[in-house]
This record gives sequence, structure tokens and C-alpha cells, in this order.
Amino acid sequence: MTAGTEKERYQAGVMPYAKMGYWEPDYLPKDTDILTLFRITPQEGVDPIEAAAAVAGESSTATWTVVWTDRLTACEVYRAKAYRVDPVPNSPGQYFAYIAYDLDLFEEGSIANLTASIIGNVFGFKAIKALRLEDMRFPVAYLKTFQGPATGIVVERERLDKFGRPLLGATVKPKLGLSGKNYGRVVYEALKGGLDFTKDDENINSQPFMRWRDRYLYVMEAVNRASAATGEVKGHYLNVTAATMEDMYERAEFAKELGSVIVMVDLVIGYTAIQSMAKWARTNDMILHLHRAGNSTYSRQKNHGMNFRVICKWMRMAGVDHIHAGTVVGKLEGDPLMIKGFYDTLREPQTPINMENGLFFEQDWASLRKVMPVASGGIHAGQMHQLLHYLGEDVVLQFGGGTIGHPQGIQAGATANRVALEVMVKARNEGRDYLAEGPEILEQAAKWCSPLRAALETWKDVTFNYESTDTPDFVPVATPV
Amino acid sequence: MRITQGTFSFLPDLTDEEIRQQVEYCMKNGWPINVEFTDDPHPRNSYWEMWDFPMFDLKDAAAVMFEIDSCRQAHPNHYIKVNGYNVARGRETVALSFIINRPKHEPGFRLVRQEVRGRTINYAVHSYATDKPEGERYTD
Repeated sequence: MTAGTEKERYQAGVMPYAKMGYWEPDYLPKDTDILTLFRITPQEGVDPIEAAAAVAGESSTATWTVVWTDRLTACEVYRAKAYRVDPVPNSPGQYFAYIAYDLDLFEEGSIANLTASIIGNVFGFKAIKALRLEDMRFPVAYLKTFQGPATGIVVERERLDKFGRPLLGATVKPKLGLSGKNYGRVVYEALKGGLDFTKDDENINSQPFMRWRDRYLYVMEAVNRASAATGEVKGHYLNVTAATMEDMYERAEFAKELGSVIVMVDLVIGYTAIQSMAKWARTNDMILHLHRAGNSTYSRQKNHGMNFRVICKWMRMAGVDHIHAGTVVGKLEGDPLMIKGFYDTLREPQTPINMENGLFFEQDWASLRKVMPVASGGIHAGQMHQLLHYLGEDVVLQFGGGTIGHPQGIQAGATANRVALEVMVKARNEGRDYLAEGPEILEQAAKWCSPLRAALETWKDVTFNYESTDTPDFVPVATPV
Repeated sequence: MRITQGTFSFLPDLTDEEIRQQVEYCMKNGWPINVEFTDDPHPRNSYWEMWDFPMFDLKDAAAVMFEIDSCRQAHPNHYIKVNGYNVARGRETVALSFIINRPKHEPGFRLVRQEVRGRTINYAVHSYATDKPEGERYTD
């Protein structure tokens, strides 16, 4: 108790949060605590410690004034405790605040309840200019109350019978406007040409030009035709995103009835809906793909919102099997070190503290299954060595334009990607320095594979060299690709 | 048609030297290798026949190559694949799997469509070869 006697502490009126018990510099976090790291930018003249205490207070038990009813509870337990505040390197005015929350503050297995506390009220708080949730540590006991990925990387690979290489996908383009029959054509060509998956885009649901049942029927004809033509298991992420849960269940049931191995939802359906769909997917032997539609509205800017690694953690708990997590080399935001942090969060059984990759806490995933990251957006066959190097083997590489925009057609585009991938994995396994020799390895294969030759020729100069906005704090500059 | 299951089916058939390099990659990772063969290459046939036990204790690529070759001698007209198995906790599944032998002629699959209610179709992928009994397929 920092405010003298109990009596003084509970006198009516306003008191600094730090004095109300939300700042405890000597607090030793328990193994069962949920830990958070916030980046706080206090208003001019606001003490960073008071700002941290305010965040702890507003995300747990506090309100703006003293309330006597605290004394009816074991309030010391329920108060979140800011226990450490560090200046952010090279960022004047910004502070990293570590806050611990007791396990009993949260309902078991509910992302909605967790987030209602942690990002519920505090982000609009006047005393801070900006606030960003950078990372969280979840205790094993809490993780065990979540289902986790419906399928997970290991079981997904066993069901698909695809091992030892990244999976390949493509999003059907144009993403809006195709009729069901034309849409299925793209799916068939891409899968027959060598891709494992094709994908609905985030905003393909059930529009006037193509209603959902029509899409599902044509797509499944295409998937099965391609499977018969290649002898491989093939899939198309049928987007079941809709206005209500009832609609989503109806669409998912139809996808199952038609024999689809995978369905997808968009992040914008909300955490509860995602958890419901993950449960449905586990019950119905379905892989669940998540498109992170909307995340950049709050995850991209460095000083406010939340880091995408936190979304990765929540989504692994919520139970999705796939999540878009960056490409490093493509058209969308992504510093290599940051992306490594996301991918490790999704795929590893435990992750140690790694400040360079933005992992502020050690995290034991308590045997929750692993999420397959998806790399999508402006990537092509000519980057295969970089993609394999940065993203590893357990990833879906999605070449939308890089398949459908191929000068010899969609099948050729798919074949170029598959050959580039297999030749690179083979070189890696043979112990070659494939990152350095990548272009030469691709050139060699292009001698016998004309689709690859045409792909390399078409996209040889395409790069997206813009500086990332979400960069590590513990290296001075954005990492060059 | 060419069945494109396995990690390297889009590449030209691997030479023995190339197979040995992949075997060495598995051994370097500590992955035991096993060899499997089948004349039922349906995409969802999870259980190809095992060529003896997984080679948990072999540390020499030449010995593995000998087993691969023996399987090929015994089943020259079957599909044969080489698997590396990752026994690490939390993984405990196949880590690499590639076809090293296939029948000279691959007739492929028929897509069987059963029209049911509305516009719904039930699909089945049917292997032409499996019209004959096991062991008598891919003989021409």
C-alpha cells in the first residue's frame, strides 16, 4: 500500500493511479500472470510511471476516482500492476511499460473477454497521446483453456500428403466481378498447373455478380478435376464470411457437403465468430484459413494500436490454421526481423525472449497446435530463394498475380512456381548456398522449363523496396532485404 | 499423366546420386528413412506398403541406397517413395517424402460424378489401375 493507511487510501476523491496500487516496481510476476508490454506516449508533463499505472488501472479494476466498494474485494489481487517502465531506444517521449494481470481477471477460453480488458478502454485515455500493445505473455494454465488451431501444421500436412516443402497457393483475380463459371476456370487451371491451394479473396462473399452457392459448386468441380488430373489432394479456401453466424454455418456446411478440405474467414468477423468457426472446423475435419483483413488499420503505425504479433498470439489461441503474416519481399509491409517474430510465434512450441524480433517475453505454447503462416502479396517465382530463406518450409506461398498474370497462361504460371519451389528445396537439401546461388539455380531450371523461363523474364525487375514502418526497436535501422 | 505427389515430382526423375543427396540430408537432420511402395496411388491412400521397417539404426547413406535399390528391383513397376521421418516432439510426422520410382505408363484417374439433389454433385477420384486386383496392376 503506497498511500499510507487504508483509511487515507479510500477517502473519496481523485488520487494518482500510481498511488492507488497500480504501480509496484518491486512486483515479481507470477508464472500464472498474464503479462503485457505497452508502448506508451504520455501527454506533455505526464510522468511515464503515472501513465503506466493509469494503463494498468484502466485495463483492470480502476475508474477515475476512488471507490469505497474496492474494500469489499481482495482488490490487491485484481489490480493490474505496472512493474517496469523503460524508455524506448531512440524514441524520445515513448516508454515501454510492463504490466502484470492476475489469471482470475479473465474468463477461460475467451478472446473477447481477454481483449475487452487489455484493449477495451485504455486506448482512448486522455493522459496518453498514443498507446500500442506490443506483446503479451500467456501462462500455460490459461492457454490450456483454449482449443488452439483446429487442424495445425502437422495434421494439415498429413491430410494433404504434402511434406518437406512450402505449400503453394494463389488468390483468384480479378477478385471481384467474375461469374461462378469463370471463377472456377481460374481455380482449375492454377491447381492443375501445380498449386496446392487457390483462394477466395477477403471481399468475395456473395455479391450480385456471383452468389456463394454458385461459386462453391463451380469451385469444387475445379478442385476435383484438378485432383484427378494430378493425383494430389487439392483445396480452395472457400470464404464463408457473412453477416451472421447462421449464414456462416450454412455456408461452411455446404462447403463440407461438397468435400472441401478448407474454408476461410476474414479477421473482420470478430474474435468470437473466429472462435466459433474454429470450433466448427475442429468438429468437421476442416482446415480454417484466416485472411487478416483490416489489421493494418491498427497494427501498422508504430506508436498506436497493437503489434501484429499480438494478433498472431490471439489467433493461435482462437484456433485458426492459416494466417497471413507477411512476405518480407512482397508488396505489403514487413521488416524481416519483425516477420521472423510473427512466424516464430505461429510455428514454434516455445519462443525465448528475442528483442530484435520484437518478442519481449518468453512464451511456452503448452502444446497448442501450430498455425501455418501465409505469405501473400506481390511475390513471384524469381524470389523463391529469398522466400525459402526468410520464411522457411512451413508456409503457404501465395502467388496471385504471379500465377494468373503469367504470359503463357494460368497453368504455366502455376507450373513455373512449383518448379522454382522444388528446385530450390532440392538445392537447399543438397547443401548448396541457395540464397546466394538462387538466381543461377532458377536460370538452370528455366533451361528445361519454359514456363519458368517466361516467369523470370516477365518479373525479373519487380521489387518493392520501401522502408517498413513497423521496425524493431533494438536495431537502429530497418533491415535491408 | 504424371502423378505429382511428393516433394520433387515436378522435376526430372532424380538420379541415384540425387536420391543419395536427399537421403544424406535426412540423415544429417537425424530423420530415420523408410521406403514405401504401392500400386494404388489414390491421393488419399495413406498406407502404402512398407519395405521392411523404418531404418532407425542405419547411419550410412550407402546402406539406405541398397534398401531403396532392393525395393526397386522387387517392384520395378510400382510407385516407390522415400520418406524422412522427424521424431522430434510436437512434430512426429514425415518431414520429406519423394517418389523415386513410378510405372512406365501412368493411366491416372477418372473423376466420377454422381448427380444428387439440386445442382450438387458428389465426386469420387477413381484410379483406372485399381480396376485390376492388387499386384496385377501396371503390368502392360
